[in-house]
Amino acid sequence: MEFYLTILVGLIFAASTYMMQSRSVIRLVLGVALLGNAVNLLIFTVGRVTRDIPPIIPADFHGTLTGIANPLPQALILTAIVIGFALFAFVLVLTYRAYESLGTDNSDEMRIAEPKKTQASKLTY
Amino acid sequence: MLLAVLSGFILALFAPLLKRFLGYRAGWVLALLPASIFVYFLGQYDQVMSQHAIFEYHPWIPSLGLNLTFYLDGISLLFALLISGIGTFIMIYSGGYLKGHVHLGRFFAFMLMFMASMLGVVLSSNLMAIFLFWELTSVTSFLLIGFDHLRQASRRAALQALVVTGLGGLAMLAGFVILGTSVGNFEMADILSFGNVVKDSELYIPILILILLGAFTKSAQFPFHFWLPNAMEAPTPVSAFLHSATMVKAGIYLMMRTYPILGDTIEWSLLLGIFGGFTLLAGTFIAIRQTDLKQMLAYTTMASLGLLTMLLGAGGEGAIEGAVLYLLAHSLFKGGLFMVAGTIYHEAGTLDITKLGGLGRKMPITFFAALIAALSMGGIIPLVGFIAKESMYHALLHGDPLSTILLVVAIIGNAMMFAIGFAVALKPMMGKLGDMPKQAHEGSIMLWLGPLTLGLCGLAAGIGIAYLGHTIVHSAVSAIGNENAETDLHLWGGINAPLILSLLTMAWGGVIFYFYDKVRAFADRVLNWIGWGPDKGFDQFLALLLWVSQRITDTFQTGHLKTYMRNTFILLALVIWVPMIAYDALPDIDLSTLTKPTFYEAGILLIAVLGLYAVLIAKSRLTSIVSLGILGFAVAILFMLFGAPDLSFTQFMVETLTAVILALVMTRLKLDKNDAKYGMEAVVATIVAIAVGSGFAALLLRVMQTELDMSLSDYFTKYSAAIAHGHNIVNVILVDFRALDTLGEISVVMTTGVVILALIRLKPKNHKHASQKSKSKSKLKESAS
Repeated sequence: MEFYLTILVGLIFAASTYMMQSRSVIRLVLGVALLGNAVNLLIFTVGRVTRDIPPIIPADFHGTLTGIANPLPQALILTAIVIGFALFAFVLVLTYRAYESLGTDNSDEMRIAEPKKTQASKLTY
Repeated sequence: MLLAVLSGFILALFAPLLKRFLGYRAGWVLALLPASIFVYFLGQYDQVMSQHAIFEYHPWIPSLGLNLTFYLDGISLLFALLISGIGTFIMIYSGGYLKGHVHLGRFFAFMLMFMASMLGVVLSSNLMAIFLFWELTSVTSFLLIGFDHLRQASRRAALQALVVTGLGGLAMLAGFVILGTSVGNFEMADILSFGNVVKDSELYIPILILILLGAFTKSAQFPFHFWLPNAMEAPTPVSAFLHSATMVKAGIYLMMRTYPILGDTIEWSLLLGIFGGFTLLAGTFIAIRQTDLKQMLAYTTMASLGLLTMLLGAGGEGAIEGAVLYLLAHSLFKGGLFMVAGTIYHEAGTLDITKLGGLGRKMPITFFAALIAALSMGGIIPLVGFIAKESMYHALLHGDPLSTILLVVAIIGNAMMFAIGFAVALKPMMGKLGDMPKQAHEGSIMLWLGPLTLGLCGLAAGIGIAYLGHTIVHSAVSAIGNENAETDLHLWGGINAPLILSLLTMAWGGVIFYFYDKVRAFADRVLNWIGWGPDKGFDQFLALLLWVSQRITDTFQTGHLKTYMRNTFILLALVIWVPMIAYDALPDIDLSTLTKPTFYEAGILLIAVLGLYAVLIAKSRLTSIVSLGILGFAVAILFMLFGAPDLSFTQFMVETLTAVILALVMTRLKLDKNDAKYGMEAVVATIVAIAVGSGFAALLLRVMQTELDMSLSDYFTKYSAAIAHGHNIVNVILVDFRALDTLGEISVVMTTGVVILALIRLKPKNHKHASQKSKSKSKLKESAS
C-alpha cells in the first residue's frame, strides 16, 4: 500500500509545483495548500502504514502494545496540519490585501517593489 | 623591533594633530621617527654581523599560529635602512611639496602607516604576518594613489593598483599556505634552514608560481606592470617613496628572501630571466616614448625592477651581489630623481619635457642633485650605479647561453636607461628657458634636501664601496646566498671585460641620447601600431566582469515571482536527483511483491487523483476550490483508513474551513477567469513539476527501503499510559511529551490570527498605491469589455 501512497505523494508534489509556477497568485496559494497535503502524506507514508488499528491503548491493558499504527508521524502531522492551515490563511489574506491595494492577482503586474527593468551599469571609477 | 614597526602606526594617529599645530613644518618633526628608526637599525648592525640574524618573538594569536616574529638578517637590515633612511627625507619633502594642502595631515598619516607596513614586510618572519603587512602596503598605496580623490584618473589608478597587487597578494597567500603546510612550519626563519626540502617537494612548482605571482604583481613585472605608471597619479613624494624606492621592491625582497629555498632551479631561472628581461626591455622602450617626466621615471623603474628580477633569475653569488648593489643604487638615484621631478613640477607647473628647459640656472641645487642621480643611473664612475653595473656584467660573463642572453639584454637596457636618465636630468635644466606655466625658482630647503642627500649618498657609497663591500653589502649577499660570500668590491678594478662592456653601454646610451627625439618618435610609432596594452585590458576585464554579473543578475533577479519559483524548483529537483544518481541510490521497484489495495482504498486513491486533476485543469476558481476540497477529504479518509482518526478529524475540519474561506475570498475578488499558462511556459512548468514530483516519489521509495527506527515510537507507546496516564498515544505526545511544541504551535496560530486581523482592519493610507489601484482597475475593466 505504501507504494500507491508514494505515487499519490509524487503526484500532489508535481501538481503543487505546477500551480506555484503560475502567474496568478491565487493559483500559487492553492499550490501552497496542495504542498501542505503532500508533505503531510509524505510524513505519514514514511512512518509506514498499518490498516485500521489506531495508536490507542485499551483501558485495562498493561504491557507492550504491538501492531498499532505508528503514533509519532501522526503527532507530527497533527501539528503540521494546524500550522499549514495558519500559513494558508495568512497567505490568502495577504493575497486578498495585495489585490485590494494593487487591483490584480497577477504577480507579473505586482511590481511596486521590483524595478521595471534593471539599468545596465556603466563602468566608472 | 616591535616598537620600530608599530611606532609608525601609532604616530600616524597623531600626525593630523601635529600638522594642525605646526602646519607644513610638521614634516621636520615627523621625519624624526624614521630617522631614529634608521639609527636604531644602524645600531643593530654589529649584532647582525656576529650572529647572522636576530630573532624576536611576540605572541599575537598563538592559537591561529599567527605571531609577530621578527627576523633581522643582512637583507632585512638593508631594506629596513633604505625604508627608514629614505623615509626620513620623504617626510621632510612631503611637508615642502604639499605645503598648504588641506589634507596634508592625512597625507602624513598615510605615509607613516605605509612606512610601518613596509618595515613589517621586510622584518616579519611569520608567513601570515608577512602577508598581512604586504596587504597593508597595498592598502596604504591605494590610499596614497587616490589621495587626490576628486580626479577620476586618480581613483582609477588607485583601484587598479589595489586590484592588481591585491590579487597577486592572494596568490602569494595561497603559495604561503601550501609552503607552510607542506613543510609544517609557518616561520620563514625556520623554513630557510630546511635547505632543499621545498625544492625537492612535489608542490615546488605551485608554490613557486603562486609566490612569484605575488612578487611580480607587486614589483610591476610584465604583464602586471601597467598599474605602476598609472600610480604616478599620486603626489610625487608617494611616487618617490612607494613606487620607486620601497614598495615596488617588496616583490624583489620576496624573491631575495625565498631565493635560498626556491631559487637556483631551471624553473626559477627561466621564469625570472624571461619575465625580468622582457620587463627591462619593454620598460625602457615605453619610457623613451614618454614626454612626461614622471612617466619616464615610472617606466624606467619598471625596467630596473625587471633588471633586478633578471639578475635574481641568473642566480649565483655574483649576480646576487650585482642585484643587491643595484637595489641600493636604484633606491638612491630613483628616489632622488622623483623628488627632482616633483620639485620641477612644484616650481615650473608642468612635467612635460618638451615644454621644460633652462631650469638649471634658476634652481642650481636641484640641478646638481638631478645630475648626480643621473650619473648614478647611467652607471658612471665614481657613483654606486657604476659599481652595480660592473658587478652585474662581471656576474653574467659566464659564457653559458642563458647568461649571455641576459648580458645582452642588460647592456641594451642599461644603455637605454643611461639615455633616459640624462634626458630626465638635463632636458629640463639645459638650453633655452622653456614655455612654462610658472615662474620657476629654487625650491625651499625641504624640497632640495632629500634629492641632494640621496645623490650624495650615492656618491659616498661609490667612493666608499670597499667599506660597504665588507659590511652591509656583504651581510645582505650572504643572507641571500652563501653564508661566506666574498664581496670584495673596489671602485676601480682595472681595465677588464666588464669595464669594456660598461664603456660600450655608455657609448650606446650616448648615441640614443643624441638622437633622443628620433628614437622617441620611433618608439611612439611602434607602440601606436601595437595599440592594445594590459592597461586597456584591465578596463576590458572589468567591463567583462560587469557584463557577466549583469547577465547573472538579469537571469536570476527578473522581478517576476514565477521565475523565482521556477528557479527554486529547478534547484530543488537537482538537489533531489543529482545525489541520488551520483551515489547510485535509485530505489528498486519490484512490482511483483506489491500488496494489492482493497477496493475501497483503490477508490479513495482514485478520488484523490481525480480531485488533483480537477484542481489543475479547472477553468474557474470556484471549481478548483471544490476540487481542492475533494483531494483534502480523500486524504482525510486515507488517514482514517490507516489508523489515524485524530488526523482525519483535523483534516476534515481544516479542509472544510479552507474551502469556506477560499470561497468567501474568491467571491469578493473580481478576478479575470483566464489564468492558464501558454506555450513554452507551460511546457517548462510541466517538466519542472514532473521532475520535482517524481523526485519526491523516488526519494520516498528509497527511504522506505531502509530500516525504520522505531525506538522513539516504541518509547511513546510504552510510557504513554505508564507515565503520562493517557491512552490516546498521539494526544499524549502532543499535550504531554512534546507539550512545549504544541504551545509553540498555538502561538503561531494566534499570531497569524492577529496578523490577519491587522491586515483586514488596517486600510492603506498610501495614495500612490490607491491611485495605482484605480488605474489598474480601469485597465481591468477595459480588458473585460
